[in-house]
Amino acid sequence: MTVDASRGAEAPPELVQLLTPEGERVEHPDYDIDLTPEDVRSLYRDLVLVRRIDLEAVALQRQGELGIWASLLGQEAAQIGSGRALTDVDMAFPTYREHGVAWCRDVDPVKLLGLFRGVNHGGWDPQEHNFHLYTIVIGSQTLHAVGYAMGIQRDDANAATIVYFGDGATSQGDVNESFIWASVFNAPIVFFCQNNQWAISEPLEKQTRIPLYRRASGFGFPGVRVDGNDVFACLAVTRKALEAARTGQGPTLIEAFTYRMGAHTTTDDPTRYRVASELEAWKLKDPIERVKAYLFKNELADQAFFDSVDGEAGQLGADLRRRCLAMPDPQPLDIFDHVYSEPHALIDQERAQFAAYLEGFER
Amino acid sequence: MTVLSLSKALNEGMRKAMEDDPKVLIMGEDVGKLGGVFRVTDGLQKDFGEDRVIDTPLAESGIIGTAIGLALRGYRPVCEIQFDGFVFPAADQIITQLAKMPMRSLGAIKLPVVVRIPCGGGIGAVEHHSESPEAYFTHTAGLRVVACSNPADAYTMIQQSIRSDDPVLFFEPKRRYWEKADIDTTSTDWWTPLHAAKVVRQGADVTLLAYGPMVKTCLEAAAAAEEEGRSLEVVDLRSLNPLDEPVVLESVRRTGRVVVVHEAPVNSGFGAELAARITEQCFYHLEAPVLRVGGFSTPYPPSKLEEHYLPDLDRVLDAVDRAFGY
Ligand SMILES: Cc1ncc(C[n+]2csc(CCOP(=O)(O)OP(=O)(O)O)c2C)c(N)n1
Repeated sequence: MTVDASRGAEAPPELVQLLTPEGERVEHPDYDIDLTPEDVRSLYRDLVLVRRIDLEAVALQRQGELGIWASLLGQEAAQIGSGRALTDVDMAFPTYREHGVAWCRDVDPVKLLGLFRGVNHGGWDPQEHNFHLYTIVIGSQTLHAVGYAMGIQRDDANAATIVYFGDGATSQGDVNESFIWASVFNAPIVFFCQNNQWAISEPLEKQTRIPLYRRASGFGFPGVRVDGNDVFACLAVTRKALEAARTGQGPTLIEAFTYRMGAHTTTDDPTRYRVASELEAWKLKDPIERVKAYLFKNELADQAFFDSVDGEAGQLGADLRRRCLAMPDPQPLDIFDHVYSEPHALIDQERAQFAAYLEGFER
Repeated sequence: MTVLSLSKALNEGMRKAMEDDPKVLIMGEDVGKLGGVFRVTDGLQKDFGEDRVIDTPLAESGIIGTAIGLALRGYRPVCEIQFDGFVFPAADQIITQLAKMPMRSLGAIKLPVVVRIPCGGGIGAVEHHSESPEAYFTHTAGLRVVACSNPADAYTMIQQSIRSDDPVLFFEPKRRYWEKADIDTTSTDWWTPLHAAKVVRQGADVTLLAYGPMVKTCLEAAAAAEEEGRSLEVVDLRSLNPLDEPVVLESVRRTGRVVVVHEAPVNSGFGAELAARITEQCFYHLEAPVLRVGGFSTPYPPSKLEEHYLPDLDRVLDAVDRAFGY
């Protein structure tokens, strides 16, 4: 069967870009952003620190301290840009890879490790951070986010919801159902798809034959494709979409066009399916390097600034490592905790039986 | 006292819950203007508005998934799955999300979502409209699974389920929707706790364990058996997860014989769970093995055959005979 590539995912990306890979500021008619030098330095710091958290976690996994880790390498700008667009009252629903968004929501990075170390299935209080738990089942959280947004509507609150998912997730029924729900209820939600080109080993062409952002029009709301490696553009586009959501204009689908520079997770081997030249091409679009170039060129930061951020990153990494190793193992009877909110006779019975069984070893 | 059919009792129960708590929402396909295909939500949208009685798109995963989100925001959604056979598109959200999210959050999240499922056969429906999928869900920790069998329980249990901070799968015996009973809606004194089983008929020789639509069948069987001089006890389990084990075991210890009756296929059905628990804990009290009466290991048949598939009075009494044969 032949596939008409001109209709396919190969079509040239129509990107919103405000900062080129070379660090040049460019204008866009629909998306302007006014950033102070302090703002830019702060975004740079976020990007560097989040990359450091990620690298440290990968190292911890390699040393057997984490069972697995899903790296965000290459996706820092998409996450920091969108994450910094959120206000305190907005609610974010992540997948399992949104460590940068978690950072923006003030979730202690060590808490992200619990799930991957096997200490718990979550580890933070979603209400405290307005950052929901990581979701492993692809696409499930998109519906939770829409429901939450419908709650915001009913509460008449001046807030919005953002939900993260990957390009692979767009094939899931739940994601498509969430588009329908959001559209017909005009829910205050932003769908933020990080198109990192790969769903484990499946390339984008295995999920779609049209650019993903265009899907939105079929559901009746706007879609926009942004340079996912451009933190300025991600911030500007997400801010505008959130504002639209808050002011009753309904959902927006943002496709952040980016690239997963690492493996899918630490158990994956991309050399089996990905050519090296692809990675080399994307390295030239690195989300951190372009902000650094911009800061340098415009003399908005000096070497001392970059050194201090690197120093902070080093400390953060060391601290994360120390606290990861100090994370206590859960106790056997914890298995029975929190299964139900209200008392449950069979759980109580099994807990008692297992406790008695364990005590048998101590005697 | 008011005479209410089972479906009207559910309706009144939901109405009461909505009046008591503005966070209670009803959602599902056709639940608004139409009042649901069985009219169980009849009139609620008219009185509570479209924001509280939500006609949803036709997508079950969407119904449960968005209900989870609403619950995260502090609402108490009551979802209607139109027919038992259509719960499967939602099974992923129910099993992987609804059941597990509270525990994943170490208790920070509560998901007070009720999933109402009209279940079982006997109404001459087409394929996928007569199934009993309860065992899929009793197998999933984190869900409560209950089944009402009569109007009075329907009225109280739906309110208790809505008030529960845990997710509840609420099975409604669709062929009993039209049966009526006198209900005292003015007092809560007569309410049995949601998770308690009830001995609905006392007897000395055999315990019949049933829930949902089969409770009535068992009561009829017990009445018929009495004419033959046999005294059958009927226990309405009401809650399958958690199971009210003490009531079940106490009855079995007294009678020494058990017949479990449900519409779902016997193979890997909830009766297997009951048989195993009873055998483990009442081995020396048993005069006969625990016997099961239920559906065959076949898909639910076309409606012209359903009278052969569904356990009836004779099949129950036949099992009772066998229980005496040991
Ligand atoms: C429902 C479901 N099916 C399969 C998987 C296994 N799986 C985990 S990640 C993944 C690929 C996801 O790709 P994408 O949505 O593009 O997100 P990415 O990880 O690339 O950011 C798969 C197939 C899963 N977690 N959930």
